[in-house]
Order: sequence, then C-alpha cells, then structure tokens
Amino acid sequence: MSNNFALAFIIIGVAFDLLGCLGLVRLPDIYNRLQAATKSVTLGTCAILFGVFLEFGFSSGGIKALICIIFVMFTSPTAAHALARGSHIRGFKLWEGSKVDKLKEDRKK
Amino acid sequence: MFTFLFISLIVGSLMCLYRVMVGPTPPDRMVAIDILGILVVGMCALFAVYKSRGFYLYIAISWSILSFVGTLALVKFLEGRGFDE
Repeated sequence: MSNNFALAFIIIGVAFDLLGCLGLVRLPDIYNRLQAATKSVTLGTCAILFGVFLEFGFSSGGIKALICIIFVMFTSPTAAHALARGSHIRGFKLWEGSKVDKLKEDRKK
Repeated sequence: MFTFLFISLIVGSLMCLYRVMVGPTPPDRMVAIDILGILVVGMCALFAVYKSRGFYLYIAISWSILSFVGTLALVKFLEGRGFDE
C-alpha cells in the first residue's frame, strides 16, 4: 500500500461492514435487521471499492472498481426493498416494540 | 494490517452464517445470504489490493450481479408466486 487515503477508505469500509453484521446479529426482527445490515454494508463495500480505485488510479483495475461501485449501489438497495416488501406481503409480523406500520395503513385504504 | 482487515471481514461473514443457521423466519436467512454476497464482493476488492492484481475485481462484479439475481428469485418464492409470472 502506497496511498494513505486509500488505506483510510478501506479501513472505514471494513468498520462499516463489521458494524452492519453486528446489527444483523443483535437486532430483534426482520425489518430492523434489514435496515441495519443493508445500508451500512452497502456503504462499507462501496468505500472499500473506492479505496481500491484510489490505489490503482485510472488503470484497468481502477475502472473496474468504479463499475463495481455502480453495480453494488444499484442492485443492493433494490434487493433489500424487494425483500422487505415480499416479507410484508407474506405477513411476517413486526417486533412488538414497533410503533408505526405505514404500508399496512396504506393497504387498508 | 491486511491480516487484521481480512480477519474483520471473516468475523462479519461468520456473524451472517450464524444468522443463517439460527434465524427464526425464512426472510432472516435470505437477508443474511444477501449480506454475505456483498461481503464477498468487499473481500474480493481487498484481495485485489493485497495481491496488486486487477482480475479479482471481475469476480467482484459477477458475484454482485449473481447475488442480486439470486435474492430476487428467493423473493419471488417468498411472495408465493411462480417463476413465470
């Protein structure tokens, strides 16, 4: 590693990944786990890939890292949204401490 | 330095595998598999820097697309529909 900025981005990304997985283990129900894990793990992986881009520069490896950032940023929130909507449609219950369920209120109208 | 980073990512993957094993409902396991796919993408990127080889990023790109398609197929199964609707 020659570039300190790249190393800083990679360390921040790994920390976000680890905290997202901790949320996946610790939180109580499916929706909480989904919103804790998906956002922070997506941001962490994009930070790692941006660190790779800073390390390689505008070579073939760096351009591939940028393309991979675009793919992860498009596909991961889409998959998370589909998963949350599908499990709500199927009727999996919220945690008993949850207060607001806007999708259920919208479906009643 | 890289040893510490790789061990952190492997600990995160083990947490995902724990949720796959003990998750009480099926969507918990699907979320854990999705997150595991994105973690593998990050691990491939880290390996590309560690070895100074660019071709590991091809694995990262194709793994992200395959993880997305697999999650969408599982969601269609979850909603109770067939694959041709």
